[in-house]
Amino acid sequence: MSNGLLARIEVPGRLAADVEAGAGEVLAVIGPNGAGKTTLLTALAGLVDMTGHVEVGGRSWTDPPLPVRDRRVGWVVQGQALFPHLSALDNVAFGLRARGVRRSEAAERAQAWLDRLGVGPLSGRRPGALSGGQAQRVTIARALVTEPDLLLLDEPFSGLDVGVAAALRIELAAHLADFAGVTLMVTHDALDALTLAQRVVVLDDGRVAQSGTPADVAAHPRTDHVARLVGLNVLAGPDGFTAFRPQDVTVSTARPEGSARLRWQGRVSGLTPHGDAVRVQVDTRSSAGTDLLADVTPEATAELALVPGAEVWLTVKATAARTYDRGPDLRDSP
Amino acid sequence: MTRGLGRPPLVLLVPAGIALTLLLVPLVSLLVVTPWARLPELVASEEVLDALRLTGLASLSTVVVCLLIGTPLAWVLARVEFRGRSVARALVTVPLVLPPVVAGVALVSALGRSGVVGSVLRDATGVVIPYTTPAVVIAHTFVAMPFYVLSVEGALRASGERYDAVAATLGATRWTTFRRVTLPLAMPGVVAGAVLAWARSLGEFGATVTFAGNYQGITQTMPSLIYQTLQNDRETAQTLSIILLGVSIGVLALLRNRWLNAGGTTGAGA
Repeated sequence: MSNGLLARIEVPGRLAADVEAGAGEVLAVIGPNGAGKTTLLTALAGLVDMTGHVEVGGRSWTDPPLPVRDRRVGWVVQGQALFPHLSALDNVAFGLRARGVRRSEAAERAQAWLDRLGVGPLSGRRPGALSGGQAQRVTIARALVTEPDLLLLDEPFSGLDVGVAAALRIELAAHLADFAGVTLMVTHDALDALTLAQRVVVLDDGRVAQSGTPADVAAHPRTDHVARLVGLNVLAGPDGFTAFRPQDVTVSTARPEGSARLRWQGRVSGLTPHGDAVRVQVDTRSSAGTDLLADVTPEATAELALVPGAEVWLTVKATAARTYDRGPDLRDSP
Repeated sequence: MTRGLGRPPLVLLVPAGIALTLLLVPLVSLLVVTPWARLPELVASEEVLDALRLTGLASLSTVVVCLLIGTPLAWVLARVEFRGRSVARALVTVPLVLPPVVAGVALVSALGRSGVVGSVLRDATGVVIPYTTPAVVIAHTFVAMPFYVLSVEGALRASGERYDAVAATLGATRWTTFRRVTLPLAMPGVVAGAVLAWARSLGEFGATVTFAGNYQGITQTMPSLIYQTLQNDRETAQTLSIILLGVSIGVLALLRNRWLNAGGTTGAGA
């Protein structure tokens, strides 16, 4: 994997993580707020002090430490980070000019990238005159035009309208497929991870909680955060994790008959529409150790008088639940 | 538009009126008593022309010196972490509160003929600074620079290091980043600071007279000339004051739009 990324990053009190990815791969970084996702990106870019090592494309960035400007990174931060006083074209040409490319050639290459991202006609506009989606396209062009070895995307679609984000996601997938370097993408969206990434790293409290292919991580969540992202209930038990879908949960107001092992009591803490069903969030922390989700029909919601605070019982058939073990080595899981 | 909130109370209106009167009466009086007929003749006199020329030269030189050395100082204070940064920042503000005549005495102590630096300079090169035009610019810069540095530093800190970081990831050196990103983004603060420094220099009197003296054509600026004339010819002093007032108001009017636009983000020096 000498052409890819190989890193061990420690930022005291914030992050201690091993990360690796092959050349051309997209690695999604997911996890709750404060898990260290952005710290991971800024450490790779060289913007925060860290210990450990970073190797990209067979070259060490940490031994000796390489200043930010000599690391070949493309950085797409959340929100607006375009230079407000420069036109879209000058923003994109900035990195080429800074690296000594002649003015005319830099303008030509910048224009070509703006064209590829569908914002070529807007090259003369300043960021203030661009919509959020257009500005993000310019930002991506600015990151890619310098042909970085490592592309860092920090929530590239946050703050965009749903339709705009969807269109940009499809386009970005096409550009990433052509991209020879390594891409790290921080995201809050399971869809980003599933559609754009070949590998997923789950960060929790500054550590890697899980890594693997998107399908594997989605099917076997090991943290509440990922379980919520993919819409699964996940319970941690002594011999592993138990996962089941909200639509397989039965809700009743009376104590259920029989001696089902998968049975919990709690209070309704929230109700939200979910497709044709109603997704009921139940505070079962005392019996299950975490909140659980159940999907019920609107009729059943009315019949059972499910309102916040109502006492309910939840049961799941053993055949609807999957159990998997904790996975001893997180780093090398496929 | 505030009618629904009731009448403004007298307890606020009366002091407000007194304040406005205090500000307006001297200026109006000056306009009333000035012998306007003598204005053209006075403006054409050699003494006044010399003072006007020197005032313009000194105030513009002060702005240029502030731009050349004040901007880097503001950048260092805003962007470089070093021991004693807060002390340095506090020192920059000292000339703001220092009585100008004290500033003049301090400059004499440092750069005067027998001053700490001045005596060494004289022995080594024969150069003597006091009572020269450069001395005027040095005195003006000493009192005006804090206004400039504080204004620019405020603007630099408001624009934040975020763009600096982005520029670095794009391969820019700090110098390139300063030229192409940091400084352009801080431009409203630079303009506001330059105006403040210029205005402070235009009216400077105490430090200049103490350190550079009051010699026609060499160190006599308009404020010094007005003060000297006031001793024995009040009418002329009033007319000269009108000229300086006109220049100040003219420049203020020219820059007013810029001022108002920039005021929201770069009021640090004001």
